[in-house]
Amino acid sequence: MSDMLKVSSSPHVREKDTTSRIMLYVIIALAPASIFGIVNFGWHAALLIAVCIASCVGTEWVFNKIVKKPTTIGDLSAVVTGLLLALNLPPALPWWMALLGSVFAIAIVKCLFGGLGQNFMNPALGARCFLITAFAANMTSYSASRFAADTFTGATPLAIIKNGDGYVNTMDMLLGKTAGTIGETSTLLILIGAIFLILMGVIDLRIPGAYIITFVVFLLLFSGRGFDWNYLVAQLCGGGLMLGAFFMATDYVTSPITPMGQIIFGICCGLLTGIFRLFGANAEGVSFAIIISNLLVPIIEKYTIPKAFGLKKEKEAKS
Amino acid sequence: MKENVYLERLKNGLITENPTFVLMLGMCPTLAVTTSVINGIGMGLSTTVVLVCANLLISLFRKVIPDGVRMPAFIVIVASLVTVVQFLMQAYLNSLYGALGLYIPLIVVNCIILGRAESYASKNPVLPSIFDGIGMGLGFTFGLCCLGAVRELLGSGQLCGFQVLSLSWFTPITIFIMAPGAFLVLAFLVAIMNVIRKKAAAAGKPLHEPVGCMSGDCAGCGFAASCTGKSSDKTEGKGEA
Repeated sequence: MSDMLKVSSSPHVREKDTTSRIMLYVIIALAPASIFGIVNFGWHAALLIAVCIASCVGTEWVFNKIVKKPTTIGDLSAVVTGLLLALNLPPALPWWMALLGSVFAIAIVKCLFGGLGQNFMNPALGARCFLITAFAANMTSYSASRFAADTFTGATPLAIIKNGDGYVNTMDMLLGKTAGTIGETSTLLILIGAIFLILMGVIDLRIPGAYIITFVVFLLLFSGRGFDWNYLVAQLCGGGLMLGAFFMATDYVTSPITPMGQIIFGICCGLLTGIFRLFGANAEGVSFAIIISNLLVPIIEKYTIPKAFGLKKEKEAKS
Repeated sequence: MKENVYLERLKNGLITENPTFVLMLGMCPTLAVTTSVINGIGMGLSTTVVLVCANLLISLFRKVIPDGVRMPAFIVIVASLVTVVQFLMQAYLNSLYGALGLYIPLIVVNCIILGRAESYASKNPVLPSIFDGIGMGLGFTFGLCCLGAVRELLGSGQLCGFQVLSLSWFTPITIFIMAPGAFLVLAFLVAIMNVIRKKAAAAGKPLHEPVGCMSGDCAGCGFAASCTGKSSDKTEGKGEA
């Protein structure tokens, strides 16, 4: 699929990079969080990760065979989709739901729209939202972290805050010793992966930066708690915010390619996440925020590309 | 020849110009009420009744109704019929009436009915118009049933209210009885129809393509003045003339 990169003018892509190489970096960056997820939640988490990756790759292969297109599983993007989907699932989910979600992600969200580069929303998040709507009970029952004492199921830190039960241990949240989806709990390890990606030039800080700053400002303005350090850190480290901001909002295909557009996109994500978390029925809103912002990308690009290029040229011509 | 027109009208409504899968008319009730087969049949049949009666009356009065006010005239006829159906349902099929709710009065503005009135019944004799109504109505019912069956089966494991898939091993995929499921299933059914159509065309036996502009809304069409209404007759025979 490296030929697709030649026709798209994405500003992030360096010359030596191919799709599969970038995807490999993403997989490496996600590895710490994935391994910690397995350690934290046990072998069922490993099973879910394996099922998701295998069924994503398998679906893409089968789909390409059916529609008689060249096989595209070599670009590793299906592996990334599967891994991201698995990291977004609660650890006790039945495996066949993970399988169904993977098939939905690849077949419906990605391949039906033309495969990698054509999908209008992030496949992993699309599948997660599909699963949340389809199996609300299973998708919101989180098994407790193995580091938590004597419990089998636990409320996520976000749910605790939402219900107003007060204090959560932010150090536990930073390390990941809390309930949550497989890959979202350890903020520290996600940040390590994110820093790796930034150093390798795979992502830059515009989208995650705009996203997180907007979200914090929104919380300061509307949460009604003022500057409550514990609350802010808990909101930032809790749920899928970090995973979403660094690994899913930055998806090349479903985010704007113009620098200004990326900042606007990040602001959209941040605003929507804030609205969903504060005023929505659920404690979490990152995945819906990102896929709704994904839908806005064509409009954002339409209004950011021509102006930016045109203005620069005019100025240069005058001077 | 006469026989042919009637059969052709039935086939036209059920397959060639199936309102759900080909014309894409009446999407609002199609998406909203098809959470189960029973709802689909109820909606489809009540629409069929209104459609047949409306086609009958409009065809009868087609020479009396002045062209300039034909839309209001159609609406009055359709609305009266819908009111009758609504009261009958409320009296004798109250549970179905409860399930369909708002969508019964909305049959008045169902595009299928106005579309058929405009494009067929107001230009054709009574008997073919009745058969056109039966064909279109059954086509609509068929579409709603397909949609309802898939959604009910996946969304609650039932068919016509019976538990087909045992809940002991089947977890209902509730998204399918919600709005996103309606769009997903409709898209897939239309895709399957298109595949069948393509395969038939490839095999040298093309199903008839829908004729004309398909909108049926000649009043709101910008080309109404220049449209002869005859250019579409090549594939379809004399049905639409």
